[in-house]
Amino acid sequence: MALASAPPPSPARRLLATGAGLARSRTLVIGGGLLLLLVLLSLCASWVTATDPLQIRPRARLRAPDWTYLFGTDSLGRDVFSRVLHGGQVSLMVGLLSAALAAAVGTAVGLLAGISRLVDAVVMRVVDGLMAIPSLLLAVAIVSLVGPNLLSIVSAIAIAEVPRVTRLVRGVVLTVREEPYVRAAEGLGIPTPLLLVRHILPSCIAPLVVQTTHMIAAAILAEAVLGFLGVGFPPELPTWGNILAEGRPVFQRAPWTIVFPGLFLGATVLAVNILGDGLRDRLDPRLARTVKATP
Amino acid sequence: MGYLILKRIAAAVPVVLVVATIVFFLLRLSPGDPAMVLAGDMASPQDVAEIRARLGLDRPLPVQYATWLGEMARGNFGVSILSKQPVLDLIRARLEPTFVLAFCAIVLTVLLAVPLGAIAAWYHNSWIDRVVMAMSVAGFSIPAFVIGYLLILGFSMSLDLFPSQGYVSPFDDPLAAARHLVLPSLTLAVVFMALIARVTRSSVLDVLGEDFVRTARAKGNVERRVLWRHALPNAAIPIITVIGVGVALLISGVVVTESVFNIPGVGLLTIDAILARDYPIVQGLILFFALVFVGVNLLIDIIYVVVDPRIRY
Repeated sequence: MALASAPPPSPARRLLATGAGLARSRTLVIGGGLLLLLVLLSLCASWVTATDPLQIRPRARLRAPDWTYLFGTDSLGRDVFSRVLHGGQVSLMVGLLSAALAAAVGTAVGLLAGISRLVDAVVMRVVDGLMAIPSLLLAVAIVSLVGPNLLSIVSAIAIAEVPRVTRLVRGVVLTVREEPYVRAAEGLGIPTPLLLVRHILPSCIAPLVVQTTHMIAAAILAEAVLGFLGVGFPPELPTWGNILAEGRPVFQRAPWTIVFPGLFLGATVLAVNILGDGLRDRLDPRLARTVKATP
Repeated sequence: MGYLILKRIAAAVPVVLVVATIVFFLLRLSPGDPAMVLAGDMASPQDVAEIRARLGLDRPLPVQYATWLGEMARGNFGVSILSKQPVLDLIRARLEPTFVLAFCAIVLTVLLAVPLGAIAAWYHNSWIDRVVMAMSVAGFSIPAFVIGYLLILGFSMSLDLFPSQGYVSPFDDPLAAARHLVLPSLTLAVVFMALIARVTRSSVLDVLGEDFVRTARAKGNVERRVLWRHALPNAAIPIITVIGVGVALLISGVVVTESVFNIPGVGLLTIDAILARDYPIVQGLILFFALVFVGVNLLIDIIYVVVDPRIRY
């Protein structure tokens, strides 16, 4: 047991150790800083702007951006800036929850597939099938069938990401399994669940953190696209997707109803992606060379 | 070689089967009677009963599943609720705009993103590299529809260079078609270019460290020739693979792009069907898109086997 309780430098500790180094990486500082700013703006929306995102002003419809209405007003005279900040709360939450759900489910399934031949055979077929279906289409179909609410939207976005995580974790398990320290732990008779969690899972953490960051970005985008296409949250709730959808019919007359929310959304996703790239370069230099397809 | 190709085709069959299974169970996610969902909101009880009988929806699930697979295998993708037309005919009628659009986007990508990625790798860690990579991250991050609207704002509303809506077939009027296609194909290509530029860069970067590149240099090749004649062709395999994977991106992009530019292709059909809750069409489209994805990747696998003698599965 002595051997087993002293695994190679635990990734948790390695993460802490790199924590100091993280601040020195320029991409991390840029991505993290920008993201922090945007997230704070959304979280503190009620303090940043005093205007109610839902208040309708019939006499101030489609106002061009000025100092009163920073991003202009929409077709009902609502303040687009206030709507974008408040909408960010929902959109960011959807992004975080979807990525967390996908990471959790994908990791569990990937670990199982990595150790059991039978599970592997079944799971990998399903994964191949899921990956052949364009994720947006799957999400749109699920949300439209089940009805739009937080749970259905988060799960619909997560389902499309699960196969990627599963493949990633399975791949790591298959390589790490052959490492001497895992063999040793196995030889010592450590039960499989403990072996997975204590000795194999830690090796997955660095790539998982990177992948999850990119999934948050993809999930925020997915929510926006769902809303834009008219199958997202109920229209009365301000989310980035819904705000953009409302701008569509009036875009020619009031481009700011799409341009500003769109750029705000783009900046957020960009910040998350830069953060993800920075984390990747930092946590796993081997990964830096390979490319992940994150739509 | 023939054996390898057969093996690849055999490997694609289960994928299609799994997709069909997923589509089958998808409809059962809905909290209600699948026959009602398939018949639509306006259906009479007779319509519902007819669908239930035809698809055997009153029978046990395994029987339903077998019936469904049988119908799919015979190419019977069902009938639209609204227009009563066979789903396959509806899809076929919308194929041309989508294929023309996707083709233009792929051509744009190969012409722009591959050279950009190769140059970024060549000038690794220089400002050129950083600019290309920054553009690539931005391309991933800004949603396609926002890019589409920005293009409309700049090139259609302000400069009045290109039309912002609609589609003209290149077989009817090539010039008008080209003008209509510029903005949509750029919109569709952005994400794809971001992806391909990245892959090209890392792939070329890998190859540049290889012995044969050093040999090519030692032989006295001009640097430019080393990059374009020796490094890039050998870096091609991962790039082509990712083009295959990227087809999924392209399909999602098609849905959004056609919606922004009002192009009557398969993507717009998808959105119209979803909004109208015409689920037989939605089912047919998911299967269709998955088949395209599997087909393209199969084709790419076969191309490898034929083109690259190093590949032996």
